[in-house]
Parts: sequence; structure tokens; C-alpha cells
Amino acid sequence: MTLREAGAVTGVGETKYMRGTDRTPLSLQLEASLNAIRDAGLKPTDIDGLIPYGHGAVAEDFITNFGIPDLRFSATTPMGGASAVASIQCALAVIDAGICKHVLISLGRTGYSGGRIGTRVQQMPQFRTIGEFEMPSGAIAPSQLYAVMARRHMEQYGTTSRQLAEIAVTTRYHASLNPNATMKTPITIEDHQASRMISDPLHLLDCSLESDGGCAIVISAADRAKDMAKTPVIVMGVAEGHPDSPSAITQRPDLTTLGLAKAAPKAFAMAGVTHSDIDVAEVYDCFTYIVMCQLEDMGFCKKGEGGSFIENGALGLNGRLPVNTHGGLLSQAHMAGMNHIVELARQLRGEAAAQVPNAKIGLVTGYGDMGDGSIAIMRRA
Amino acid sequence: MDGYDKLVPSPTPDTQPYWDGLAEGRLRLQRCGDCHKIRHYPRPVCPSCYSMNVEWVDATGRGTVHSWTITHYAFHPGFKGDLPYVLVTVDLDEGVRMQAQARGIDTSQLRVGLPVKVAYEKVKDDLTLPVFVLA
Repeated sequence: MTLREAGAVTGVGETKYMRGTDRTPLSLQLEASLNAIRDAGLKPTDIDGLIPYGHGAVAEDFITNFGIPDLRFSATTPMGGASAVASIQCALAVIDAGICKHVLISLGRTGYSGGRIGTRVQQMPQFRTIGEFEMPSGAIAPSQLYAVMARRHMEQYGTTSRQLAEIAVTTRYHASLNPNATMKTPITIEDHQASRMISDPLHLLDCSLESDGGCAIVISAADRAKDMAKTPVIVMGVAEGHPDSPSAITQRPDLTTLGLAKAAPKAFAMAGVTHSDIDVAEVYDCFTYIVMCQLEDMGFCKKGEGGSFIENGALGLNGRLPVNTHGGLLSQAHMAGMNHIVELARQLRGEAAAQVPNAKIGLVTGYGDMGDGSIAIMRRA
Repeated sequence: MDGYDKLVPSPTPDTQPYWDGLAEGRLRLQRCGDCHKIRHYPRPVCPSCYSMNVEWVDATGRGTVHSWTITHYAFHPGFKGDLPYVLVTVDLDEGVRMQAQARGIDTSQLRVGLPVKVAYEKVKDDLTLPVFVLA
């Protein structure tokens, strides 16, 4: 039994992404959700399953605002930035079980105007341990905790900051082509190198944005998806993976391996495709280093060879593997990777702002909560 | 008010012996009461044999640098005055790791394998934190 082709992305929706708003996260989440439902050609009352991103709107908010008469399933997938893609697996499981036909996955946040990341991490129960043993020493924010992984990779494999800069530069260029990106001014490797140091070896331009906005997708059962408004984007393979020592990076046997290393082989096997079949990849990019590490963990290159893999514009629209064609969390907006799923669906429908010509098969990853990973491989119907 | 404005731990009965040890100038680690495997950070169950019998042992406090980061931006206002500060992740001789601030280590000296040892800083009446110095 497998979830292969059990369902499809049938609707995608976003708000305008901003750096500054007086709107509530709930309002943004509901607007994006309505956009996704409309894009699918559905009515809000057609939604019979809900997987909202944690710490935001709850199922009750959707029932209240959308008048859903008979919600059959609700859940959250508490994996930080891996949640959005992990929610696809959860949605397909309940669809395959016959519980739901149309599952709405959504997020709304005011990361720029509301609580910043340092504060958010301190309040999350999965970080109780590092809250007690690491934060009092001043190791508080993801950039500090992940910088230790990046430094280890550099020392072990000779990876350089200039190689990481390639990711920032390429992603910003893609954002410059996207009308709904918040940071559109192209940058160079020298700009990256000159940007101030935040958590050495991570510069400011290695770090993702804090953003305000909402983002949502609808996953529908395969038998319904073929008769809906847009060309369905079929999920061929999906998986989540949790790293060893999931909360305390310090205690992880290999600092340079993430949960995605466990998930990716399962997703590729389920999909029945290989790396050379992937036309476009939307890879969770909270930090440049995390993109490179995931490319290794998925097997696009060997562990330690990520630095040379990404050099010379390899991740650009005409490169060997177009990555984060919407501008990602680094330059479009930080929507916890929900926007990566939206972009993959648009690429495979052929309606992206920066379109990879004739993209047929692509993948999207999630990464969060100190190392959790998720991946979905999709194809154009 | 004692004026200490940084993040402080909230020890539990499972972890209190660690903090009590630091206050006495000892680095104490949990050891399984049955299979005797040392683990860190403290937790109720041994992940090797699932025993809930816990012993506490004094560590040597010695180890080598596994990785590090230099913090240039304060994500909590209490740490602003410390910038920039070095956080080292250390392989302890007992086979587990810990992370703490470095003291008296020049950033140019930082390398994987650098020998270090733990030291103790009493930051307020009821809190002593570990730091690492050159061994």
C-alpha cells in the first residue's frame, strides 16, 4: 500500500507578501485559503479536511468563517518549516483512507510585524531541552544553532561562504522576476560577502526574511482532481523524516545530516523517478547552507560535494537544477515553505512567473524545528 | 531584582542534579543505572536499554571542539553587551557533547579538535553556567 498518486494539488493561493502590515495572521490565512479554494474551483463548504500550520488559525476558525457544515478531519503537523510539505503526506493519508476529498493546508503569519523568530523559538515545547541547556548560554535563534552545522561542514569538507553566496544570489535573481516577491533588487557574491555577519559563518544575506502574509493549498482526491478548474498537479511520492537527536543539534551524531536524508529515498522510491527526472526543485531555504545540505541529503550530489555542486549558477533557471524559482524564503517571503508548494504547482501547470521551460516533474522540500525534513515529488497531469 | 536579564533555565526534578553540580563546580552527567551508558542532555529514559534508573557521575570536563559559531547579533536583549561571543560545541571525553560560551579563546585559535576544558561562572545567586577555556 502506498500514497503514490492518491491525490493532487488542485488549488493554490497567496496574499500579497509584505514587510509591514496591521492585519492579523488569521485574516491573512483566511484570505489565502479563499484564494486557493477559488483557484481549485471549489466552494469553502467543499473543504472537508483542515491542516492549518501550527501556532495560528485552528479548525474552529475555518468552520466559523467558512460555514463548513461537516468537517471530517483536522490535524496539525508540528515540524516547523517541514510542516507544510509533511501536511501533504497527512492529507493524502486521510484521503486514501476515504475520510476526506478536499483538504485545505494553510498558513498566515506576521513574522515581520509580529513576534520575531528568537522569541518564537523560546516558546515552543519541542525546544524545552535546548531552552534549559543551551539558550541560557546565548544560543537562542535558528541562525546560531544552524551556523554550527555550517561551520562543521566547512571544516570537514572545505565548503566556503562564497559557495553559499551562490544560493543567495540566484534566489534573489528569481525573486526579481516575481511580482509577489518582497526583495527584488539583484545582489552579487560580493554583496553577500560584504553583508554584516549575523551568526558566523552566516552573513545577513545567508538568512531568510521575516514576512507578513498568508499562503494555502488544496489537496484533492485523485478521482476528484481530474474534473476540477485547473490542471491537477499529482503527488507521486511523499515522506517525512526526523533526524537523530531531533531537538538538540549539539547531540546529533553527524551535524551535517538532516531528517530529509531519511525521507528522500522513500519519496523517490514511491514516485518511481530518479534525480535526473527532476526538472525543478523548490528547496526549503531558511538559510543558504540548509539548501546545500538538503541537496546532498537528497542525493543530488555526495555528502561534502554540495559546495561545488551549486557553483557557477547551477541552481539558476538555465542551470543543472533550477531551485527556488519564486525567490524562496530568502527573497520572496518567509511563508514557512507553503510558498514553495505553491510555486512547484505553478511550475508544473506552466504558469510560474519565472517558468522553467516544459517542467514536467519537480520536488518540494520542507525543513524545520532543528532538522525535521519532508519532501513531495509531483508531476503535471 | 538581581539585575540579571538573560535567559535562565527552568530545571525539573529530572535535571536539577546537573544544575546543583555546576553550583558546586562539578560537571555532572547522567549515566544509566542499568547499562551504564552516559547520556546528555539529561532525560528520564535511557535510549539504549529503556531503563529509568539514573545515576549521576562527575565528568572530567575535558574535551575537544567539534564546531563553533561566533554570534554578532543579539537575539535576546540580555546578550547585547556580550557581542561578539563564541559558542563552542564540544566533544566531551565521556562521549557526549555540550555547547557553551568560550572564554579566553581567540577566534583565530578555533579549530576542530582544539582541546578545551569546562569552567564555571556564577552569574547570579542561584545560577552557575558552564563555559569552555583552553585546556
